[in-house]
Amino acid sequence: METTKLVHMVNQIALAFRLQPKDEAVSQTVEHLRAFWSPQMRQELLAYVASGGAGLEPLAKEAAAKLSA
Amino acid sequence: MSFSKDFDQGTPVVSNPERVTVTIDGRSISVPKGTSVMAAAAQLGTSIPKLCATDMVKAFGSCRLCLVEIDGRRGTPASCTTPAEEGMVVHTQTDRLQKLRRGVMELYISDHPLDCLTCSANGDCELQDMAGAVGLRDVRYGHDGQQHRTEPKDESNPYFTFDSSKCIVCSRCVRACEEVQGTFALTIEGRGFGSKVATGAKDFLSSECVSCGACVQACPTATLNEKSVIQLGTPTGVVETTCAYCGVGCGFRAETQGDRVVRMVPSKRGKANEGHSCVKGRFAWGYANHQDRVTKPMIRARITDPWREVTWAEAFTHTANELQRLQAKYGKDSIGGITSSRCTNEEVFLVQKLVRGGFGNNNVDTCARVCHSPTGYGLKQTFGTSAGTQDFKSVAKADVVLVIGANPTDAHPVFASRLKRRLREGAKLIVADPRRIDLVRSPHIEAAHHLALMPGTNVALINALAHVIVTEGLVKTDAVKERCEPADFESWARFIANPINSPEQMEQHTGVPASEVRAAARLYATANNAAIYYGLGVTEHSQGSTMVMGMANLAMATGNLGRDGVGVNPLRGQNNVQGSCDMGSFPHELAGYRHVSDDATRELFEGLWGVSLSSEPGLRIPNMLDEAVEGRFKGLYVQGEDIAQSDPNTQHVVKGLEAMECVIVHDLFLNETAKYAHVFFPGSSFLEKDGTFTNAERRISRVRQVMRPLTGLADWEVTLGLANALGMNLKYSHPSEVMDEIARLTPTFAGVSYAKLDQLGSVQWPCNEKAPTGTPIMHVDRFVRGKGRFMLTEFIPTEERTGPKFPLLLTTGRILSQYNVGAQTARTANVAWHDEDVLEVHPFDAENRGVKTGDLVSLESRAGETTLRAVVTERVQPGVVYTTFHHAKTNANVVTTEFSDWATNCPEYKVTAVQVSRAAGPSAFQKEDRRRDVALRQVEAPHATR
Ligand code: SF4
Ligand code: SF4
Ligand code: SF4
Ligand code: FES
Repeated sequence: METTKLVHMVNQIALAFRLQPKDEAVSQTVEHLRAFWSPQMRQELLAYVASGGAGLEPLAKEAAAKLSA
Repeated sequence: MSFSKDFDQGTPVVSNPERVTVTIDGRSISVPKGTSVMAAAAQLGTSIPKLCATDMVKAFGSCRLCLVEIDGRRGTPASCTTPAEEGMVVHTQTDRLQKLRRGVMELYISDHPLDCLTCSANGDCELQDMAGAVGLRDVRYGHDGQQHRTEPKDESNPYFTFDSSKCIVCSRCVRACEEVQGTFALTIEGRGFGSKVATGAKDFLSSECVSCGACVQACPTATLNEKSVIQLGTPTGVVETTCAYCGVGCGFRAETQGDRVVRMVPSKRGKANEGHSCVKGRFAWGYANHQDRVTKPMIRARITDPWREVTWAEAFTHTANELQRLQAKYGKDSIGGITSSRCTNEEVFLVQKLVRGGFGNNNVDTCARVCHSPTGYGLKQTFGTSAGTQDFKSVAKADVVLVIGANPTDAHPVFASRLKRRLREGAKLIVADPRRIDLVRSPHIEAAHHLALMPGTNVALINALAHVIVTEGLVKTDAVKERCEPADFESWARFIANPINSPEQMEQHTGVPASEVRAAARLYATANNAAIYYGLGVTEHSQGSTMVMGMANLAMATGNLGRDGVGVNPLRGQNNVQGSCDMGSFPHELAGYRHVSDDATRELFEGLWGVSLSSEPGLRIPNMLDEAVEGRFKGLYVQGEDIAQSDPNTQHVVKGLEAMECVIVHDLFLNETAKYAHVFFPGSSFLEKDGTFTNAERRISRVRQVMRPLTGLADWEVTLGLANALGMNLKYSHPSEVMDEIARLTPTFAGVSYAKLDQLGSVQWPCNEKAPTGTPIMHVDRFVRGKGRFMLTEFIPTEERTGPKFPLLLTTGRILSQYNVGAQTARTANVAWHDEDVLEVHPFDAENRGVKTGDLVSLESRAGETTLRAVVTERVQPGVVYTTFHHAKTNANVVTTEFSDWATNCPEYKVTAVQVSRAAGPSAFQKEDRRRDVALRQVEAPHATR
């Protein structure tokens, strides 16, 4: 998928959870990505984070990084 | 089934726990207090002659035919207006009565054309029946006096005629239009002999009439008569089925001659509609026999090749080979399927079974993705289940109704009629909508508040409403304490009380005066029963899911859940949106909303299906198209959906479709998507198959076959054919067996079977051991998830913003006479009301651009450009323009963008930054699309030998 779209989508998700306490916001974002994104999309996101993750909201970046776990 | 008329007890059914016993012609009966003598007699099987009474409307007492004698009372009271009283002794047949009735009939007949034998209502006319019932043998008054017989016929309505020469001025039509439909289009004009029915306009078509047909149904004579009956004759058979248009799910009697439909009459047994309907369900069924129907399967190697007709067997083998080739070459995940909310539960279930079990992945999605997916997400998070909380009837107990982002009089007309009835009884209405929809002000109805917010600011508004409730001490603390998670409530209340959520702060976003928001919040919060009804104006936003949770928060905070008259109610667009979601159409969920990663659920399905299932979510529709453009997604089975017209950013959709190697379209017509398809499976209409639909109230109703499928196979059989060509070895001999499998696998459907549906008419899920006859109202003592969960709903403005290039906001919607992409309704006489999409522009914006009503204008966004005609109107506010997406030649979705709901990817159809300018002709896209309409739709002439 186009990177800009992927970044836009994950940022939107992270923002939706940002009012939660930090840990919870991260874990809910991760949970959301696991529940709704296909493995391929999650992998692409992981790869993007590994390559620097420009444009990702800090919360999105943190959550995305946790996807491999 | 042989023909019999729907039972008519003459006056409306009364529900009252208090009962009275009366004796009628020597037999006694107990009826609810308030029941008329006429209805009590009817329940005993005694039909008292009547003309002005029908149980659709309140008794009027004008014809004087239904007279009876009552012991101890003087005179001969009208039985329709006389309530049965305890101990009453009634006589319906005496010499005196017969003489009086004959006299009445004589007067009627003396002014009536005596052409019964050739009249279109011959055999279906109450006047004729009554002449027989009272034993009328001759008419003493000459036919040469002053008469109505020369009145001209009004044939302007495409579906019914008004022949006033046959009118007996019983006013049943006028009352039906008022009481049942709530439109008030008809009046009785003049007095005495000169009185007649009038539309207040030149004719029916140019009047306020919305062609619901209630008056036609109410008319006892041939005055108001269906054109189809005039053409074909009266029906001889009847099949009970369910409307295939909107999510109201009206029950219908398909009245037939053999396997030909003569007319559709809304069924009194239909619990969603109780005998009422709209113009679509009652009249717009002609598409089923339209000449554009494709009846033979077709294949082609490239989309530029002409289609070649093949046998079903060849179509199945070819398609299975293609799909297997793609999976071998590009991997298991390179193909998928889309189920349709227009299809039955059984068909949807089979398509998702084909994808999960046959394709071996979870790449299945449904068109609910682009309409109500946020409802599923939001209500599941807060209440624990993805469905509306009430039955439609519940609105009759609401004291305040908050309608948000829905236009029921156009999109859910029969529900709108119920709602309007309640509003006329005094319930208060709050409308939150950028447009001044009809409900804001129509005959006998006026909204207490119209919160005319800017598109894209729903969450700001709902937070502001909640802020008032929390900070002004209007929370129903007991209900919250008893029923909701305390910690979640606390943090929500803290968040919402923050002044950033106050109406005063939010006004800069919503444009709604803070005082109006405060007043509306107080009205909602202090009502005994307050109910929320909402539509796609809520869901189709980048914060669609947040907004659904915001409404759920509001209802929980004010204790408005778990009883009649309250709740959070999605008005579903298509007939089976609820069902298609229930059936496991989403890529992450199996039937009954259970996540694919849940081992126990998967094992249950694996055990019965004998396959192993993937535990990973598959691709959603927009993701499939993205993956196609990237070259990884190659094959798609689309049942009953036209994504090239209905999905956002058409040019992106087309790019995705063009990048695939095997697109299979299963539809009634060669639709827009079929231009990019390699296989075409001709579909069958709802009249041609058996199955069930589940409406917005979770009501499961039967669809019954009225005629044989024109293609030879019903849609479920087509999916089965493909599945078996792929080696799945599925064996069903009837859709009822599919439902049995659904029941076995889905706890909320455990008690559902065709036998039960035949017995009860319909049931609302959950229907299982705990609720064997279904569940009209959800969350009665506790929420499905246990305790209700308040969610934080921060307002985050959409990134779709206006600017110098695109200074206006476009929002889209529907109109009464048309349905979605128009595949069906645009092929009916409904085009008399709406034959093209138009753009509503506020006079201020129009003047700035030199645009007048009727001008062709260009509508352009960063995604694309189309042209259509403008209508200058104050219905929209300055800065906002509005159109519908019913016609392919406009294809409004060329303009909408790929922005979508954060949680579900439901497209943000309701907010697009656009520019409007005068145009000389069609846009480049439209020109190219018209070329493709011809080039990509060629069909090879069939071989003589084949
Ligand atoms: S068709 Fe419906 S709206 Fe039109 S006059 Fe009859 S009842 Fe009224
Ligand atoms: S049109 Fe039919 S229903 Fe209306 S007043 Fe005349 S006879 Fe009665
Ligand atoms: S379109 Fe909707 S309201 Fe109209 S008849 Fe059909 S189900 Fe009923
Ligand atoms: S039916 Fe009772 S007065 Fe007409």
